[in-house]
Amino acid sequence: MNTTRNQPSARKFWSWFIPIGRQVGGWAFALNRITALGLTLYLFLHLIVLGLLAQGPGAYDKFLVLTENPFIKLGEWLVVVAAILHGLNGIRIVLTSFGVGVVRQRQLFYGFMIVAVFAILIFTARMY
Amino acid sequence: MTDKWNITLRIYRQKENEAPHFDNFSMEVDPDEYVLDAVERAWAFHDRSICFRHACHHSTCGACGMRVNGTEKLSCITSIRDVTRDGATLKVEPLRNFPVVSDLAVDMGFFYRKMELAGARPVLPVPEAEIEHPPAEWDADDTQYIRLSDCIECGLCMSACPIMATTPEYLGPAPLAAAQDNGLKRKPELLSLVDAEDGVWRCHSVFECTAVCPSFVDPARRIMDLRKQVVGARLSKLFGKA
Repeated sequence: MNTTRNQPSARKFWSWFIPIGRQVGGWAFALNRITALGLTLYLFLHLIVLGLLAQGPGAYDKFLVLTENPFIKLGEWLVVVAAILHGLNGIRIVLTSFGVGVVRQRQLFYGFMIVAVFAILIFTARMY
Repeated sequence: MTDKWNITLRIYRQKENEAPHFDNFSMEVDPDEYVLDAVERAWAFHDRSICFRHACHHSTCGACGMRVNGTEKLSCITSIRDVTRDGATLKVEPLRNFPVVSDLAVDMGFFYRKMELAGARPVLPVPEAEIEHPPAEWDADDTQYIRLSDCIECGLCMSACPIMATTPEYLGPAPLAAAQDNGLKRKPELLSLVDAEDGVWRCHSVFECTAVCPSFVDPARRIMDLRKQVVGARLSKLFGKA
């Protein structure tokens, strides 16, 4: 018997991000992990940028000029999008964990994602 | 006239000490046949070394669980029409998270041990069963009758759960559902098993278990309910009610 190939293993964490063969709950789970990783990366970058303050106002001002770069703007947009998706998906998980809407979790996900799309559109319109 | 489809059945093959690969079998099928029928036909007319588990052919034994085009299915009740189309491929693979014994057959041993730990009841008294329209009150006579538990121990939920894939110690959806079915009031000794790192709190609310369950056990709902039971039991202990 092959006892290793098909066994559970912490190294299989990549399978969390593969949507093939998954259903709505699985997509929501993958979305939450992707947005969580993005927000964690942002947190590190944010702390590095704040660390520039320790180097004096000149260093921080130089970074502020960079924020006008369209790629940085896109990054900022992605942070807000990730926060909206992660936050609303999180509310769905809190509700189901307390027994609210457990049998309607798919509809809850669709509902929160519709709210997320509106929130993202409003934010995008205000940002640009 | 019966509809006929030509499909390519793509079967996962893996014998001891062999690298896994897929074998393709071209065949004519009736699309209203089931996936298990196609696998049996490949075995009967093409390759007698194909290894797979099956018994009842009507979703009672839970033996023929496999991944069909990537999704966990009970192959005896999954019609070919629902999972592929004429001229297309039908891929069958063993369940995830179980060691492969040979080809599509997996070792279910660890799963059955977990079910035993959770005190899974193969049969239960009728008044304790979850039925759609229960009477307001059960007659005393009804308590003598028992019925089969909904869970057929097919392992599809254990295969579909992404947390199972990364945490072998996790109890898993079906055993947690079995613990919920017992109830912590009826079996308080289960509290230490389920209120643990790899118990009820390890679930990440993915709901894949409920999505693939062929027997309407709804493990995700039961896990959420078990959490409530755990919190209730802990609060009762805290305030000295237990």
